[in-house]
Amino acid sequence: MEGPAEVSEGAAARERDARLPDMTYREEEVQLRAAVRSVLDDRADWRSVLARTEAAQTYDTGLWQVLAGQVGCAGLLVPQELGGAGASFREAAVVAEEAGRALAPVPYLGSAVLATAALLPAAGQAPQARELLAELGAGTATAALAVPFATAPGAPPEPTVRIVPGPAGDPAGTYRLSGSVTGVADALPADVLLVPGDGVPAGLFAVRAAQAGVTMTPVTSLDMTRQLADLTLEAAPASRIAAGPAAGAAVTAALRAGAGMLAAEQLGLAERALEITLAYVKQRHQFARPVGSFQAIKHRLADLWVAITQARAASRYAAACLAGQDPDTPVAVALAKATCSEVALLAGQEMVQLHGGIGFTWEHPAHLYLKRAKATSIALGTPERHRAALADLVGLPAP
Amino acid sequence: MLNAEPGAGGALPEPDAAAELRRQVAAFLAAHDPAATDPAEFLRARFDAGLAWVHYPPGLGGQSLPRTLQKVVDAAFAAAGAPAHRADRNAIGLGMAAPTILAYGTDEQKRRWLRPLWTGEEIWCQLFSEPGAGSDLASLSTRAVRDGDRWIVSGQKVWTSSAHVADRGILLARTDPEQPKHQGLTYFSVNMKAPGVEVRPLRQATGEAEFNEVFLTDVEVPDADRIGEVGQGWQVATATLMNERVALGAFTFPREGGMIGVAARRWRESPQLRTPGLHERLLRLWAQAEVSRLAGERLRQQLAAGQPGPEGSGAKIVFARLNQEISDFEVELLGAEGLRYGDWAMRRPEGADFYGRDAGYRYLRSRANSIEGGTTEILKNIVAERVLGLPPEIRLDKDKPWKDLPR
Repeated sequence: MEGPAEVSEGAAARERDARLPDMTYREEEVQLRAAVRSVLDDRADWRSVLARTEAAQTYDTGLWQVLAGQVGCAGLLVPQELGGAGASFREAAVVAEEAGRALAPVPYLGSAVLATAALLPAAGQAPQARELLAELGAGTATAALAVPFATAPGAPPEPTVRIVPGPAGDPAGTYRLSGSVTGVADALPADVLLVPGDGVPAGLFAVRAAQAGVTMTPVTSLDMTRQLADLTLEAAPASRIAAGPAAGAAVTAALRAGAGMLAAEQLGLAERALEITLAYVKQRHQFARPVGSFQAIKHRLADLWVAITQARAASRYAAACLAGQDPDTPVAVALAKATCSEVALLAGQEMVQLHGGIGFTWEHPAHLYLKRAKATSIALGTPERHRAALADLVGLPAP
Repeated sequence: MLNAEPGAGGALPEPDAAAELRRQVAAFLAAHDPAATDPAEFLRARFDAGLAWVHYPPGLGGQSLPRTLQKVVDAAFAAAGAPAHRADRNAIGLGMAAPTILAYGTDEQKRRWLRPLWTGEEIWCQLFSEPGAGSDLASLSTRAVRDGDRWIVSGQKVWTSSAHVADRGILLARTDPEQPKHQGLTYFSVNMKAPGVEVRPLRQATGEAEFNEVFLTDVEVPDADRIGEVGQGWQVATATLMNERVALGAFTFPREGGMIGVAARRWRESPQLRTPGLHERLLRLWAQAEVSRLAGERLRQQLAAGQPGPEGSGAKIVFARLNQEISDFEVELLGAEGLRYGDWAMRRPEGADFYGRDAGYRYLRSRANSIEGGTTEILKNIVAERVLGLPPEIRLDKDKPWKDLPR
């Protein structure tokens, strides 16, 4: 039997670990959650989410207006002097959890996290970045980071877009971009695309979506609650946000923040999938008993709940590290994305299985959770890629 | 961060209370030179000064202060080189017997037992599990029969840590076989040196014997050593087991501080042993171990912030699984060396020694982690029923007299 710890080594380890950031939910975060959930309960019940996946516009721009403008979700990470909330990734993660619970078809991750995080490092130098951040924060514009959604933070792909010569009449500071990017998340409703472009020097560019030379093709996606788009640029006018290594660093920082916030989204997804499944197994009777009274079912749900407690710790640690610009952030994000991806997937799969036949029908939300879980586990780096990143970060070299 | 859980005696804010305790320790040390005082005498005096366990009440070794202040006192005594009360030797006594005595004991029992328990002069063990009552503890069959102002106890207990060094044991015994099983139990404290108590080592798969079997044959227990009412034993025992969980939940360690650190160091030192498949397994285990550490820390933060959650219920399930998977990995990584085992000799260690011995020992010893202190299967039932609100198991044994249950 293990001895009681309080009477053993304790003190030294406790002092060391007192440095771990706060992983709880603070009062203001709980309040923000309640505000977001009340909007989503009202406007993003699963029937409307399901219907939206087959609508002409798969993104609910009306819902996003409310979340962005009235609740302030779009500007959480935007500094106050640019009109944003000046909040941190701790609050941003709470909104991501809620968006994940509801599978909300809004460009929160793409615009308020990925694009915003890509612009933040440039805000000091580039006036365009500041203007864009102000627009995003106010909810008057939506942006997307134009990289394939499957891109992992540590391994940005070679740019598939390059700078091309423009016509003689172009104003100074205008660049032209040509090329294509496939599988971009949250690009369909975006007003502005942030595009990594090759050239001398390479850079990160802002491209207005509604102009000649920009073609966006909707992709029939595994997860239609976040429909991807293929993007083609033909000498599309662009302005430069960052150049050279700063551009690459901005994209990496954005992907890392995005992976951390996507982990929070997965946590919310898993929690909601468990709740729905629990409610079902308590009322569904077979053999004259609730199916939730069978030990085979109870143990699977207990396993899922335990896994979610682990995911919550990993997700909160990543959010806290991102918020505090902690040097352990790369480790924290890799842990969170690897953990939460697998837990969300487990939750989605268990949701289908433990609902039995109804769980495999189109008319039940289980398939929506499953698809979002699988898509997000691939997005921004698979668990295996994030664990491979850990190998370098914590010194466990490959053979 | 530390929320003051206000004790009856302490209205001081924590920093002030800590300063006051340091002052008290300094005064105590001035009056009792650690170098010149007999260690047992020193510890008794420390207990009497209310500086033993500060969250206990005045007169019983404490000052009704928040438990979080204990570290202040321990650090001050350690810095002065004062004799320690060897808490590691009396884990059951401190972690389980003492809180139970405090909650259910008479004033006379508290006075009689708590001081020698704390000083380590009396080691305690726990006489609960039986060969026929493991997960189903309440079905136990050790009998206590009343005979005037004493009880006569007969039966067999098993998996008893420290019984061979113990002076006293907390005992759960059946006093009324006519009652349903939970109602017929009573809780006692037993003198382990009494006639009729026989302790035998219980040799385990690892070769040594951490635990004992205890045979009780017509052992006399004075009624004055009964803890709680006759028939209240299950309620008292449940409180004891709750304390076991609280104690386990307080465990804390740095990154790679647990078993994963041993495996990671071995990996770093041994390039020739690495394979791609093992690498993938190691990374998976490292991530899981670090996340479970963070989950434990998060739980402590929640408790400190006054937001206790049910998350602790899953901690032991994860801990047991990880210990098993990590040690399984380690033995496999070692390859040829993993075929050797340090020592099968029968010994009497004081507890599991996960870090002092070889990988084979870790592999074998960790198999018990998912059995001892609640099997993983029972813990999953508890999570399913108490946390998730799923329907309880259909029970055939709750309302029948114990004597009529199949065994």
